[in-house]
Amino acid sequence: MSNEAILHGHAGVDTSHEVHHDEHGVHHHKETFITKYVFSQDHKMICKQFLITGMIWAILGGFMSVLFRLQLGYPESTFPWLEDILGKWAKGGKIQPEAYYALVTMHGTVLVFFVLTGGLSGTFANFLIPLQVGARDMASPFLNMLSYWFFWMASVVILTSLFLETGPASGGWTSYPPLSALGDASSGSKAGMDFWIIGMALFVVSSLLGGLNYITTILNMRTKGMSMTRLPLTIWALFFTAVLGVLSFPVLLSGLILLLFDRHAGTSFYLSDIFIASTNQALPNEGGSAILFQHLFWFLGHPEVYIIILPAMGLVSEVMSVNSRKPVFGYMAMVGSLFAIAILAFLVWAHHMFVTGLNPFLGSVFVLLTLLIAVPSAIKVFNWITTIWRGNLRFTPGMLFAIGFVSLFISGGLTGIFLGNSTLDIHLHDTLFVVAHFHIVMGVSAFFGMFCGIYHWFPKMYGRYLNNTMSYIHFWVTFIGAYLIFWPMHYEGLAGLPRRYLDYSGWHSFNQFGDLNRFISTVAMVVFSVQLMFVFNFFYSIFKGRRVTTTNPWGANTLEWTTPIHPGHGNWPGEIPEVHRWAYDYGKDGREFIQQTEPIGPNESKH
Amino acid sequence: MSTIFLILILLLGFLITFQIAKASEYVGILKGEKKNFEQNNRINGFLMIVFLVMGLIGVYWCNELYKGKILGEAASDHGEKIDTMLHITLVITGIVFFITQILLFWFAYKYQYSEKRKAYYFPHDNKLELIWTVIPAIALTVLVGFGLLYWFHITGDAPKDAMQVEVTGKQFNWIFRYPGKDNIFGKKYYQNISDKTDNQLGLLWDDPASRDDLVVGTTMYLVVNKPVKMIINSRDVIHDVGLSHFRMKMDAVPGTPTTMWFTPKFTTDEMRKKLNDPEFDYEISCDQMCGKGHFSMRGVIKVVTQSEFILWRAKEKPNYARVMANKEPATPAQADSVKTPTAKINSEGATGLVAATK
Repeated sequence: MSNEAILHGHAGVDTSHEVHHDEHGVHHHKETFITKYVFSQDHKMICKQFLITGMIWAILGGFMSVLFRLQLGYPESTFPWLEDILGKWAKGGKIQPEAYYALVTMHGTVLVFFVLTGGLSGTFANFLIPLQVGARDMASPFLNMLSYWFFWMASVVILTSLFLETGPASGGWTSYPPLSALGDASSGSKAGMDFWIIGMALFVVSSLLGGLNYITTILNMRTKGMSMTRLPLTIWALFFTAVLGVLSFPVLLSGLILLLFDRHAGTSFYLSDIFIASTNQALPNEGGSAILFQHLFWFLGHPEVYIIILPAMGLVSEVMSVNSRKPVFGYMAMVGSLFAIAILAFLVWAHHMFVTGLNPFLGSVFVLLTLLIAVPSAIKVFNWITTIWRGNLRFTPGMLFAIGFVSLFISGGLTGIFLGNSTLDIHLHDTLFVVAHFHIVMGVSAFFGMFCGIYHWFPKMYGRYLNNTMSYIHFWVTFIGAYLIFWPMHYEGLAGLPRRYLDYSGWHSFNQFGDLNRFISTVAMVVFSVQLMFVFNFFYSIFKGRRVTTTNPWGANTLEWTTPIHPGHGNWPGEIPEVHRWAYDYGKDGREFIQQTEPIGPNESKH
Repeated sequence: MSTIFLILILLLGFLITFQIAKASEYVGILKGEKKNFEQNNRINGFLMIVFLVMGLIGVYWCNELYKGKILGEAASDHGEKIDTMLHITLVITGIVFFITQILLFWFAYKYQYSEKRKAYYFPHDNKLELIWTVIPAIALTVLVGFGLLYWFHITGDAPKDAMQVEVTGKQFNWIFRYPGKDNIFGKKYYQNISDKTDNQLGLLWDDPASRDDLVVGTTMYLVVNKPVKMIINSRDVIHDVGLSHFRMKMDAVPGTPTTMWFTPKFTTDEMRKKLNDPEFDYEISCDQMCGKGHFSMRGVIKVVTQSEFILWRAKEKPNYARVMANKEPATPAQADSVKTPTAKINSEGATGLVAATK
């Protein structure tokens, strides 16, 4: 479908209609409130829908962590106001174990899928792909709209499950059976688990619709001159992310469907030899394998962490280069390492399963492949550091978050070398070391990538700036807070403290960290309140922020900055610009920046 | 009351921040965009170097504070290897950590915006990139090499003379079985499990090997310096036998037995003296989310000398003897189950059996 047809083609595009409009580029359809803000097919509006839904989820998910951190930090205290919010789940002001596990589970599910996958990819793939490849919209704006509304439905289902009488899913975000399959083993595995499975199924549909659209748009709709090697790294990262999602999410769905069968149709895919003490009954299921689910889950689950981190890497590469006034170092190596990470993402899933009784030889293969990922990751880190070397750095809020991202990615990546090594994993598996590791490397890092993107592209999204002072406070408090929370947590993990414990005081080996837990909880609350300030800044600035006065406020090269300050549906009022060079000609031949649309001059040096 | 007070303070703090933020934006406009930008840039550049220095001090301080709290010497032979591996990894990753973090923040500080500086156009350098592909690759080869060496040793076959203990997890405690004098575990079948008749593991009594099996809860006894092989099972959901002092861990999966072996190095008494802690016990923690009681699924291991172990075993009654002693005419189901273990082929029969044992 041609770029123009996308905007104007309703069902059954007829060519005459297309020709009729071709010279304008802007369209003249009458837009109502519904088509503009609700069932919008404009990628920029869909981006905002994803972003704001993601932010609502992030607040909810973050608030859940504040609640369970309260329990972890003050296991002996009671908070009567908790009973006001949670009712029977916090009887007497103390979070009940069922509620604690429900909070942990939903915190994980919400942040991994709804914020850092839907919210992050959904926002920036939608916003940047058409704008940076030079397209009027996605290949299929209609599917794109459906992608958001499936995401929305998934959100509704998961949100509803919070209010069920038996509580939401509470078997951890990985929901391993048999626990997740047996309502008698855990109250969260009753209706809550069905809601979780349905919510996730809808989410998978949303992710596939989005992903296929992103891939198609990047491959087919690049403007004239925009060869693949001239794409900004954001687009490369979003491209590999979409490929990962399309190939791995269906595997999760199949695993979940089998789980649904085990729950309701009496099958035994995951169940075998089970006696339930609470009902005093042995189940008839024999011959299933509980480990099968883990293979299916982690076949998605591991690529999933790259689905989260790759877009962040792309955003950071772009923002870092723009604000260093210097080309990103080793463009091809950056693309190559993204590619290597995307391939390896599919070959390492069993490193989550070293202690499940996996064949040790198979385990050793996964050790090798897992540690291999450190090579492309190291290349990326060194390239980022070289990008800022001898640059002329502008510490815009976006740039600060980009630097923060690299720092956190180093810290979290290095602890991955501990966990990927099966020998160490025996001791560290499922301890707080793992919690600290993945929160730094894919939780906080990905959030930093997301913030970096929001601060950098907010002027393009809304034609206004975010307030700088609040942005700086947001960055420094979050950055310092993230380290204060998760750095000492590694020591708890080294001491063997298992994760998903709501109270360590009954353990002789694990009760020595009471002070630390209180400290972590306090910092977590401070960091959470600063995120609320960011949300306030975001919405305040949409309406009252300082106005953007030039089309290219950051002096950047990519195509989105050639559009008007408030681009309409179709992005460019006239012709789509032609591209003549890569996206990173900063500081070349003594010029501060050269936009991609500028033809190569006769005397220009080659790189 | 204090909650409302706290919320008020928070709101007030927020309002003040917001007003300052708004005011500073106006001041920025008054000062001129360029000057304002340069000032902000200097502050943030300075904070970069402050963060680096404070961060490095913090890392050192945190280590001083907590290094004494992370368990101390490993209490098993495999644990020693894991600790060695930990130290090798710590040194290699530590070097990388310090170099990269220092470079990152130092560069950020050093190359902050200055009107005089021109950014250096440096798009790529194959030699540099080759260097930092090869060096990590070599470092990782070392780590993989050591890692797999230890891994194969730890997960390899247990010595032939290893003592065998069967560990079974259930919501939310642990059951241990010893094979008895014949050193053979009797047959069992999960449909036969009955907590009421004290057959927690579903042993089949018509297998003679099962009649001398010891079945105990909560506390496991092991012999110091004698390799132990654990055969790990679960009765309901997935659990995990976590032994942090021995540095060992293995999942308990229903329907799929797993194994692990190690040799305890110190008796519980020796550890108590060593740690100067008379209440010390080796604890078994459940390390895999298993339901609402997960955090309290505690077991204890007592490591004792060979003679103490023999004494303990002599005192314990086999499960079968216990069942026979308690047996009353009111529980004919037990007799049934002894007679009809073949019921397992017939699922209906099996369900019937469970119904009967209720």
